[in-house]
Order: sequence, then C-alpha cells, then structure tokens
Amino acid sequence: MKLYDYILSPSCYKIRLMASLLGVPLTLRPVDFHPGEEHLTPEFLALNPAGTLPILADGGLLLTETSAMLVHLATSAGPDWLARHDPQAAASEQQWLSFAHRLTASLGGARLCDMFQRPGDLASLQRQGIMALRELEVRLFEQRLRQQAFLASDRPTIADIACFPHVVLAPDGGISLDPYPSIRLWQRSIRGLPGFIEMPGIYRRHELSEEPDPDAANETAEQV
Amino acid sequence: MIGPMMDAWYPVALESRLGTNGRSTRLMDTPLHVARLNGGAIEIRTEDGRALPVRLRYGHVWTSLGAPTTDLFDIPEADQPGRRLVEVGVVRVRCSPLRAVENFLDIAHFPFVHTDILGAEPHTEVEKYEVEIREKEDEVWATQVKFYQPQAAKSASTGITTDYMYRVPAPTCSVLYKTCPARPGEWDVITLFVQPLAEDLCDVWPWMALFDDESPMTDLIHFQQMIFLQDRSILENQIPRLLPLDPGMEIPTRADLTSVAYRRWLKRHNYTYGAQLVAQ
Ligand SMILES: N[C@@H](CCC(=O)N[C@@H](CS)C(=O)NCC(=O)O)C(=O)O
Ligand SMILES: [Fe+2]
Repeated sequence: MKLYDYILSPSCYKIRLMASLLGVPLTLRPVDFHPGEEHLTPEFLALNPAGTLPILADGGLLLTETSAMLVHLATSAGPDWLARHDPQAAASEQQWLSFAHRLTASLGGARLCDMFQRPGDLASLQRQGIMALRELEVRLFEQRLRQQAFLASDRPTIADIACFPHVVLAPDGGISLDPYPSIRLWQRSIRGLPGFIEMPGIYRRHELSEEPDPDAANETAEQV
Repeated sequence: MIGPMMDAWYPVALESRLGTNGRSTRLMDTPLHVARLNGGAIEIRTEDGRALPVRLRYGHVWTSLGAPTTDLFDIPEADQPGRRLVEVGVVRVRCSPLRAVENFLDIAHFPFVHTDILGAEPHTEVEKYEVEIREKEDEVWATQVKFYQPQAAKSASTGITTDYMYRVPAPTCSVLYKTCPARPGEWDVITLFVQPLAEDLCDVWPWMALFDDESPMTDLIHFQQMIFLQDRSILENQIPRLLPLDPGMEIPTRADLTSVAYRRWLKRHNYTYGAQLVAQ
C-alpha cells in the first residue's frame, strides 16, 4: 500500500498509526505540503480533486478519506478493530468515525492557521474545537461509567484512531487539553498500545516520565 | 519599546512563495504589507504607507523598520556551488523571538527534545568549547562544539560525533555550521531566521544550505520541520515568556555559555525587544 504522506499531518499520522498497530507495511511517498503546497499541484488534484492529504493507493483502490482508509486497513488486516460484535457498538463506531471530521475541521484547522499561517478564522475554529472536545469528554466519561475505556466499545476501534491525533495536537492550535480528564486517560491508553508509533507532538507513554496525575490510580485499572 | 532593534534586518516572507496577493504581516507590532508588483519586483510598505528597504537573500525577503547601519549579514556558503538550498517554510511560535534564538544555540537540549535524532541518552555530556564575541564582526561565535548524535542529518545512517559552530550575526538570526556527513571537510549550514511579530510572538523561517545529493528536497524539508516542531512545544511552554536579561538570574553550565554570551551581547547593544529587564 502506498501512502501519500506529510510527516506533520495528524490525518496522515492516523493512517501510519493504524497500519503500525496492525503490522501492515506502508510505502510512504512524502509530499511537500508546507511550504510547497505540492498537494495542490495538477498532478495531485488529478489524484484527489479535494486537494487534501493523505491519499492511499492499494492496487486498483484509491482512497482520499481517512475513515475509508481505516475501514480498509482494519477489514483486510485486523477485523478486531471493527466494532462488529453488537449493533450499538457498530453504530457508535460510525458515529465517532464521522465525528472525527469535525475535529479535523476545527482543531486541525486551528492548528494549520496558528502554526503555518494558513488562511482561516482562528478564533472561530478554536471555539468549534472546544465544543467538539467537550462532547468527546462527555462521551468518554460516560463510557468509563460503563466500564468501557474507548469510544465505541471496551477495546479500541478505528473510531478511536480517527479521533486521537487531532485531539492530542490541539495545543498546537492554541487549545488547552487541561480541562478534560477523561480525554487524558483515553489518550494515555492509546499511547500505550502495542505497535504504537509517534509523530512530532505525540509520544509513546513512558510511565516514569509522566507527570504525577491524581487520576493515575483509576488509569491502571483501565489499561488494555 | 523597540529601541536599537529597529535598525536590524528581519525576514518577512519566503520569496518563492510570495504570490500576487503579497503577504500582510507584522514586524515588532508594526503592520506591513509585502507586495509583489506586476513586473515581479517586491515592495514593502507599512500600513501608513511608508516604504521600507527590501533585500532578497537566502530565499527570503528581508526588511527593516529603521535605518540599518550595515547591510544584511553575509553567509558566504550560500553562494558555494553544489549546495542544496532548503526553504523550510514559516512556523509561528508563541514565544519571545530572543528565546527562539537562545533555544537554537543550546546543544544541551538535544538528547531530551530531539531524542534519538540529534541526541540520545546516555550521551548527554557537552564537552568544553570556545565562546567569544567577535568585536570586528560584532557577532557571537561558539566554536569547537562536539556532540554525539544518533542521526545527525537526513543523510546520516549511523551515530557520529558531530562538530558544531554557532554564530549570531543579528539579534534574531542564528547560523549553525555542522559536520557534513556527505562531504567531510565542509560544513552544512542551518539557519534560524526569526521575524518578531510581538515581544512574545514570532514567525520562524528555518533555512539550510546543505551538501546532500541523495535525499529528495521534500525529505530535507520534513526532517527540519520535524525537528523544529519538537522545539516549538518547548518554546511555547517556557516561563517567563520573555528572555530574562539579568545576569544574576542565571546559573551558567558549560552548555549555557553560548546563551550567556548571547544575552550579554543583547544587553550591550540594548537589543531588548522580547527581553525581560530585571531591576538590578
Ligand atoms: N529549525 C530548527 C532549526 C534549528 C534547529 O534545527 N536547531 C537545532 C535543534 S534546536 C538543529 O536542528 N540543529 C540542526 C542539527 O543539528 O541538525 C530548529 O530550531 O530546531
Ligand atoms: Fe532543538
């Protein structure tokens, strides 16, 4: 599988992370997104008229939406990552998979605007991002009351991977994660998964180097 | 207060990315517009219409708010045949422009911030090196800096001990020279050009002049962006946000000597935009 990739893009990282968690090798084709805007050249617009990254090519399949890429990776290499075991979980998975696009638009947009000077209304993107984070916090809190550490189920699914990168990188767009304890626990569980890989700003869990956290005792009970 | 930093040169755009819409930006709280005229020439004006000087050098558009007494500093390597000139692109950082430069000068952070790339534990020791303020050039220089690095450059496949030299030719610009894996005997040039927007906000424009005939340009850009983003998270969390310029506040270690010299040089010139002056 060939991934048209930008190393600093949370959306591209979603696919690198999923592939790594599944042990699927990817061939990376780095794209000069910033400052070169190579993704907007005619060659790239022919591949993806939306002018976005990543793009995943696998045989005759050409995907430009990360949710479709996650489904494709999990279906072919890790069906456990799909919540197919019960109707509620399956529907929740779709719910949060779609919700991830709001995070991309708001938190991702704020980050591009704030960090790379891409055009946009930073204050409005930040407001929308905070609204989305609050919604995610509520969901994860309620999931914990049901003894479920992840968005759709008691184990991680593609919906968690879809939401994770933009959430962790929210501070790059000037949005603090301090008010969200459930999000903090959730992302720490993901950072400890076997096969987890890093990107700048998103690091593997190092137990000893973590700051002392009043919720730490709860977390041990939730490790996967 | 801007003070004598008024007369220094600053980057305000990447020349190759400056389209016909130009770039509206700021320099030390002064709004300005960098325009690309019909014939292709570049013009810079403040909001109230004052024309500012323009220099095109090292891939960037440079200007000054005041009356520079010297021309833009020279990097002779920029004209050396065979180098790849890498335009890394702008990254905005919520920090003092002086802090951005100071962090760039500090090798001791490599193993902790650029783990397994520019440094790794247990190789955290900084050996003795030389620091001076060169009076004739009026620049800060650190030489004979040595550091063990797991992956010193895109073109390096194994760990090596890397030699560094650091140079500060302008209050918000630094040039570093480091061992060139592809061409022993030459130095790779990595710069940090900082555009101060406010005392606690800057646009950072890294730029490089490297000997590397193998790596695709995109890989060179991404390697440096990845490194600089690691610095960005550190820089945005530094306290106090402004750079303290009271020598009494520092406990110099060997690794800090360059930073101490930089602060002393800033203070001597009254380059204090982005600094916190503590009453003595
Ligand atoms: N854009 C870079 C330019 C500055 C820089 O890269 N500085 C050091 C790390 S702070 C560095 O990359 N040194 C170049 C190297 O050792 O390859 C940055 O500030 O990190
Ligand atoms: Fe650094």
